[in-house]
Amino acid sequence: MIQINNLKKAFGPHQVLKGIDLDIPEGQATGVVGPNGAGKTTLIKTILGLVKSDSGDISINDIHLNGNYDYRRQIGYMPQHAHYPEQMVVSDLFQFIEDLREEESVYKQDLIDEFNLEPELHKQLRVLSGGNKQKVGATLAMMFNPSILFFDEPTAGLDPHSSFIFKERIEKEKEAGKTMFITSHIMSELEQLVDHVIFILEGEIKYYGRIDDLLKDNQQERLEGAIAKLMEEPAR
Amino acid sequence: MMKIYWKILQNEFQTLFRAKWVLGYGLIFLLLTDTLFRFAGGGTEVWVSVSNIMLLLIPIISLIYGILYIYQSRDYLELLLTQPVNRPTLFWGLYTGISAPLTVAFIIGSALPLAWHGGLSEGSASQFFLVLGLGSMLTFIFVGLGFLMGLWFYDDKIKGFGFSIVIWLFMAVIYDGLIMVIIFMFGDYPLETGIIAVTMLNPMDLARILILIEFDISALMGYTGAIFNKFFGTSLGTLASFGMLSIWLVIPAWAGLRVFRKKDF
Repeated sequence: MIQINNLKKAFGPHQVLKGIDLDIPEGQATGVVGPNGAGKTTLIKTILGLVKSDSGDISINDIHLNGNYDYRRQIGYMPQHAHYPEQMVVSDLFQFIEDLREEESVYKQDLIDEFNLEPELHKQLRVLSGGNKQKVGATLAMMFNPSILFFDEPTAGLDPHSSFIFKERIEKEKEAGKTMFITSHIMSELEQLVDHVIFILEGEIKYYGRIDDLLKDNQQERLEGAIAKLMEEPAR
Repeated sequence: MMKIYWKILQNEFQTLFRAKWVLGYGLIFLLLTDTLFRFAGGGTEVWVSVSNIMLLLIPIISLIYGILYIYQSRDYLELLLTQPVNRPTLFWGLYTGISAPLTVAFIIGSALPLAWHGGLSEGSASQFFLVLGLGSMLTFIFVGLGFLMGLWFYDDKIKGFGFSIVIWLFMAVIYDGLIMVIIFMFGDYPLETGIIAVTMLNPMDLARILILIEFDISALMGYTGAIFNKFFGTSLGTLASFGMLSIWLVIPAWAGLRVFRKKDF
């Protein structure tokens, strides 16, 4: 369970998060949408501990984040870009992260098989294609079987086949009861993968709830239309 | 946490040595020392010349590599920072993990020619160790400065590189010239104490002074060196310079750690 109270963050004069309140129950799959620069990535990075908030409070499974770092054991994060040290060999990278966490991975081999990474394992990261680098990132995020998963634009660099496999994997994680966050600009993808959505605009949450309800309220068939309608709202 | 620190250090070693250029860096010093042995025949002349090259080369390479590492590793840093590891451990692991392989390459490169040129001659042992020791300290100091610049100007690479080059240029070239100008303009006043204090603020000058004291060649080492030698003599000068250099060893790394702890990545 993730609880966020009045979270604020400014970069210089620019107020990026203007008092975010959120309550995410365990096992919920949530899409995070909003225009570029709305604060999606900052929100996620704050929960991950990459960005330090100015004020407000985050707790994960009743552990306050304040300077704590062990909570990250429960978190997997797949970033948008995964440019890791060029000379590093893929299998060494996996091994290194296992050493760093002092933890045996649970699903490493499964994920390697699913993403067909076996032929890439002994290559240096610089020769990997963009898609394969993303798969390495996905493997790193999921291999320790964390209970909370963050995916930042996960399918942006994947070919249709890999994207399909990836989504299947996400479905599986969802069935296993994982709490999930996915940011994406592809609304159809979110409709497929998540059942709740957070819509952020200019550092504030404009909508948080079930996708079904959002569609009903706005009399729309598709998420894309509903979100577009939400974006027009302030002007009215 | 110590165990995790060693893991990070070990991993950086492995990755860096897989990048062939570190070997090239060691090779430069190997060729340099070997050539000098052939021409000068060993002894003091070799280590004076090595020290001269080392004083210019090590700071710029360490500085650039330190800052480049930060800029190239943004995604990697994010990956590491989202693991259950605290930031100080990560910082020390990466900082020493970058500095140490460079130091090792320099030491092995410079020392290896001794193997086939018949070891250290009488009296040059202390010079040899001084040059290697100073080179190692400068590596750590300037990788630290590079890290600091990279973290400080995390989103502005042009500024970061610009400042780094200026820092190097300032310490390596301009500083000594500036002191000369001051002395030239205010020569009628008793300046020695002030000049010495100012010299203490430049790690490259400090290393230069230590070399000049050891080799007793003040004439070759610029004006600040000459004044320093006159003022301090051997033992007090050595002690003071080493003390200041140790402080320099701490400051960039400590400042870098401070920035790293508070930084939004």
